[in-house]
Amino acid sequence: MTTLTEATGEAAARETPARRRRRRVDHLPYLLLLPCLAIIAVLLLWPLGQVVWMSFHKLDSVRQLRGDREWPWVGLANYAQILGDPFFRTVLRNTVLFALANVALTMILGTLVGLLLNRLGKKMATFVASCVMLAWATPALTGTIVWKWIFDDTSGLVTWLFNKLPDGLSTALFGRSDWTGYGWFNDPLMFFAILTLVVVWHSFPFIAVSVLAGLKSVPTELQEAARVDGAGPWKVFWSVTFPVLRPVFGILVVLSTIWDFKVFTQQFVLAGGTQDRSTFMLSIYSYAEAFSPPPKYGLGSAIAVILTVILLVVTALYVRMVLRQEDE
Amino acid sequence: MMKKVALNGAGLLVALFAAFPVYWMVATSLKPNREIFSSTPRPVPAEPTLEHYREILTGNLIPGVTFADFFLNSALVALATVLLSGLVALLAATAVARFRFKLRTTFLIMLLVVQMIPLEALVIPLFLMIQRLGLYNTLPSLILTYLGFSLPFAVWMLRGFVAAVPKELEEAAAIDGASRAQTFRKVLFPLVAPGLVATSIFSFITAWNELIFALTFINDQQKYTLPVAMTFFFGRDDTAWGSVMAASTLFTLPVIVFFLLVQRRMVSGLVAGAVKG
Repeated sequence: MTTLTEATGEAAARETPARRRRRRVDHLPYLLLLPCLAIIAVLLLWPLGQVVWMSFHKLDSVRQLRGDREWPWVGLANYAQILGDPFFRTVLRNTVLFALANVALTMILGTLVGLLLNRLGKKMATFVASCVMLAWATPALTGTIVWKWIFDDTSGLVTWLFNKLPDGLSTALFGRSDWTGYGWFNDPLMFFAILTLVVVWHSFPFIAVSVLAGLKSVPTELQEAARVDGAGPWKVFWSVTFPVLRPVFGILVVLSTIWDFKVFTQQFVLAGGTQDRSTFMLSIYSYAEAFSPPPKYGLGSAIAVILTVILLVVTALYVRMVLRQEDE
Repeated sequence: MMKKVALNGAGLLVALFAAFPVYWMVATSLKPNREIFSSTPRPVPAEPTLEHYREILTGNLIPGVTFADFFLNSALVALATVLLSGLVALLAATAVARFRFKLRTTFLIMLLVVQMIPLEALVIPLFLMIQRLGLYNTLPSLILTYLGFSLPFAVWMLRGFVAAVPKELEEAAAIDGASRAQTFRKVLFPLVAPGLVATSIFSFITAWNELIFALTFINDQQKYTLPVAMTFFFGRDDTAWGSVMAASTLFTLPVIVFFLLVQRRMVSGLVAGAVKG
């Protein structure tokens, strides 16, 4: 069709190029977008609506999902059940505290490393950056498995290190001197500490590299001028570097928050499945309710909806930030 | 001088923290069992051996199924995802980067928003969809799912590559009498190809690493993807750390290689527009 229009000589040639282009503001872009839109609609947006719909039903068997059995409508009963459950409040508290701690630690470590990379000599910076990339590139799954091995209760490196501590010191500090057989993952607090270590290890590289990229756009003259005026490194950072990096920081904080709120793989692998309820956070709680026998798809959906709503609020902030920057 | 030493020292510490687990994974995979389970760990394998690799590559991880089978399942799913998502993303990115139309901004905002949908929250409804479509326990169920997950970021990233190709080239081709399809194929496509490769690598990594959906949608052990097989295989009886680390290394290696090829784009894709150099 288009080839034909272009080839039909004189009539088209007499039109101005602008008019021709306007006439061509045709269906082509929409046609090109169609497959993409269809996929996003069917695989992301439709399920998003579906999960809300499911959360209003009592769904306890796969046969209901297949459509062989009815879906009894229960209104807000699933939500009432969850919100009234003290366990949910524990899970919510765990999730929020975990996310806050991880975002803070990731941002601080990532920023420090970014600043450090900016100050190092070229060779050293390349070396350190390459190592940092390794942590980033490692899949969540295998990264977590390695950390689990490092904390193994018999031959793990950390167990060995703690055994190396002078017995007196170890007893005074932790109340035990023999660490062989100590279950690092049994105590919920210890579990969360190790999970934090794993998640921060995975996520600080992205922050470091982004901050470094941002730093490259800070004119060094500004920092030098501030230094000449007698500002210390702390002052230089807060009054020169930070204001320039602020938009980047905003986006990084929001992205980290979103990621840390829904940590799943690391937790699943570290806990060895979904049996240990004491360390549940929202995403794994939703999954366990839905898929651990007996299945409760409706209840699991309600938890998923709550998680989504929390993240939606954070996302709204993110989109506003990105749009503001595209405008600038 | 002191300051420089301190900075370099800090640099080395950071490098150690970041790279050590990866090093430890590879080192452990090369140690014979008596070194792995000795009470004093050695930083470097004293007698490096490939026995663990031989073990997982020749033995059956699960009766009748080998590591190679899982590797193939994963590769198949990831490659299909990459091809489909690359094709669809290229069309969409061209539309967004080359045309001004009414809903363009709306579409871009939607792309950003859908990337933020917590995929973990979609396991249940997608499980429903897969059941209804009769795709439960098939690899296409995963291809379909990963296609949806990787597409928004792929379009977001590719649009930059398409926009970077000077429009004049296409206009010149059009003046020379090339049709739109020809211009697309002969001018735009070759120039966008490197970007398409970079984008594909991200889709590949997304599909290759994914665990939750693969865990939920696949029932038969011989259809497991590598991540599911690993969580299954690991944690049975006394964990055979040598084999687990060998399997982890084989799983991780392609990702690291691919990732290092494209990581710079990752930053620019995610903090879109925030960093202006």
